[in-house]
Amino acid sequence: MSKLPLIIKREYLAKVRNKSFVIMTFLSPILMVGMIVLIAYLTELNDNEKRIIAVLNESDYFSNEFLTSETTSFVKYKDISLEEAKDSTMNMGYYGLVYIPNEDNLQKVAQRSFFYSKESPSTTVLEKLERIFKERLRQERLREFGISARDYAEMDSKYELNISTFDGEHNLKGLNEIKAIIGGGFGYLIMMFIIIYGGFVMRSVIEEKTSRIIEVIISSVKPFQLMLGKIIGTSLAGITQFAIWIVSGGILLFVAMAIFDIEPSTLTDSSVSAGIGNGANPILSSADTTMQLYAQEIFDIPWAMLLFFFMVYFVLGYLIYSSIYAAIGAAVDNETDTQQFIFPIILPLMLAIYVGFFSVFSNPHGPIAVGFSLFPLTSPIVMLMRLPGGIGEGGVPIWQLVSSILILIATFIGIVWLAAKIYRVGILMYGKKPSYKELLKWLKY
Amino acid sequence: MNNILVANKVTKKYGDHTALQNVSIEIPKNSIYGLLGPNGAGKTTLIRIINQITYPDQGEVLFEGEPLKPEHIAKIGYLPEERGLYKSMKVGEQALYLAQLKGLSKNDAKQKLKYWFDRLEIGDWWNKKIQELSKGMAQKIQFIVTVLHEPKLLIFDEPFSGFDPINANIIKDEILRLKDGGTSIIFSTHRMESVEELCEYIALIHRSEKILDGRLSDIKKAYKNNIFEVGIKTTETDNLLLELKDKFNVLSSNVDTEEDQLNFSVQLPSGDSGALLNLLGAKGNINSFIETIPSTNEIFIRTVENKGIAHE
Repeated sequence: MSKLPLIIKREYLAKVRNKSFVIMTFLSPILMVGMIVLIAYLTELNDNEKRIIAVLNESDYFSNEFLTSETTSFVKYKDISLEEAKDSTMNMGYYGLVYIPNEDNLQKVAQRSFFYSKESPSTTVLEKLERIFKERLRQERLREFGISARDYAEMDSKYELNISTFDGEHNLKGLNEIKAIIGGGFGYLIMMFIIIYGGFVMRSVIEEKTSRIIEVIISSVKPFQLMLGKIIGTSLAGITQFAIWIVSGGILLFVAMAIFDIEPSTLTDSSVSAGIGNGANPILSSADTTMQLYAQEIFDIPWAMLLFFFMVYFVLGYLIYSSIYAAIGAAVDNETDTQQFIFPIILPLMLAIYVGFFSVFSNPHGPIAVGFSLFPLTSPIVMLMRLPGGIGEGGVPIWQLVSSILILIATFIGIVWLAAKIYRVGILMYGKKPSYKELLKWLKY
Repeated sequence: MNNILVANKVTKKYGDHTALQNVSIEIPKNSIYGLLGPNGAGKTTLIRIINQITYPDQGEVLFEGEPLKPEHIAKIGYLPEERGLYKSMKVGEQALYLAQLKGLSKNDAKQKLKYWFDRLEIGDWWNKKIQELSKGMAQKIQFIVTVLHEPKLLIFDEPFSGFDPINANIIKDEILRLKDGGTSIIFSTHRMESVEELCEYIALIHRSEKILDGRLSDIKKAYKNNIFEVGIKTTETDNLLLELKDKFNVLSSNVDTEEDQLNFSVQLPSGDSGALLNLLGAKGNINSFIETIPSTNEIFIRTVENKGIAHE
């Protein structure tokens, strides 16, 4: 019987039976969902707080502009002095006082108006008040120019340029970004997986070194087998953990939403859900069709293709990085010594994410995006950000995809070979923290 | 085929450092073989080559007459100097795992483990984790997993370091029993006195070269210098000493006047102790007459000092 399955099984069981791993697996979704519920709850709480603002209007220009809304209500003072109004506002515990003096034109009125409050006012309150003044000023202007409000409303027409590819396929504005975000999600997932489980692989190697079992094991199996078994076992444990997170997180979120009666709108900030439950909302109908188009487009993303390449890039990328992690674990004696080696691995990952968000979003097929999706240490993340746009015409050219994967495979073989060499020598070295120069020397052993 | 293992001019370099230079040894079947030398001499490198953990740059190693190949791993048991077990894994599970890595089937391994656990009276440890055991207990487990697959060749690197005296004795007895059962054994250590009494054959390794090897009794014979420690009870110690110094090569002496005892060490011409005994017999009562056999340590030091001159 081959020994690799034995090693994989042991590494897997050692990981999933580990107490902190079990706790993390089951606690994280609860914490995450708890956090979301808390945020949603606090947001609602915040919105529910009602502010009362006093208004002292001495001018002729304002009458019923200060309308009580869900979050703010206005109290109007009449025939008292500013000082009296201030005192009263303070005594009543109101949020603040809007003072509008009497002047001979609106311009001056607006300039001399004040908002008094105990503390510096929140920007939302200020914006609300400023909007009222602005609107009033604009109405006054329109009146001076002799334009009726109705004419003005007509004038304000909406316009968006239609965009299309050369072969006539219609595009939607911002779709590139949406697609890149979806791809970015996959890329981000890969990065997280590499950092978390690569670290596990590394710690597991260090554990074998510090517990001194390593030489016992490699007198029975090849170091390469042990390294491979470790990487595969740990990633299977990782996949198990991810699966549990996704399933239990989803269930918990669903349950929590039902219990706390949180509407998804609170979380997603989308306006569409307002219409849920009371039929189609006529005002939203035009927005609805655009949304449908977007939904259609997202639905049309070749998901099967995307998932396939996600798996390809995930497996190759993860194997490359985790074998580097394994080599680092082998080279050092304890975790504190790993810092100098870890930074250079995290760097390309971070670079990939940032380049992805800044460059690929705006121009998914530009030279930088192409370069980084070919470079093997960044391609698993960057290429996945480009792929939701499709393959071939209008998407990622096939030659780029093929060469990206070929380069990745070549790198995978090269890196695993190098890492295995460092690993083989490193696991039997005790007592000193190696330098990069020394690691290079090990390659020749 | 009388040798279980033969190394032929094995050379191994790590970068600029030569770990082994043209080392050849022959380990007879069913013997206890001592691989002796100071730390850093190259013993562990040689052992790692035998275990196929690393490979020689030049030369070859034959196991039962065949060049080393992966299948031989199952026939060798190795207790490394840097040894340990998974701390958070249960004893039984761990032993099963290591046995299976050596190629035993699960059932086979279980049966054999049961035998050994009963033998060393540790049956109730099966479900304990290593971190719950004392160091001595863990060493017993370590020993069991080394010998469990009934290897033909057992290699112990610094075998008794870290063992307390009681456990060391238990393990020593078990090793001797295995040897009686036909197993060949290699002890590798820098503490030569610790295995001297056990080894039938030795090889001395110094600075990556083998400087001496062979049957221990032959080596000792070759290295003894006909020096004898003698104690004699006599009333005329001073006169006797003068006479002795005149006729023989007395190396050192001391006189115990209270007990009328003369102790001295003397180097005799090869193989001839009769003249001295005749002389002494007439003078008093001989209490002791012992030929000093050099310890392996002394042999090692002398070989190193004479290296390049003789004794190859």
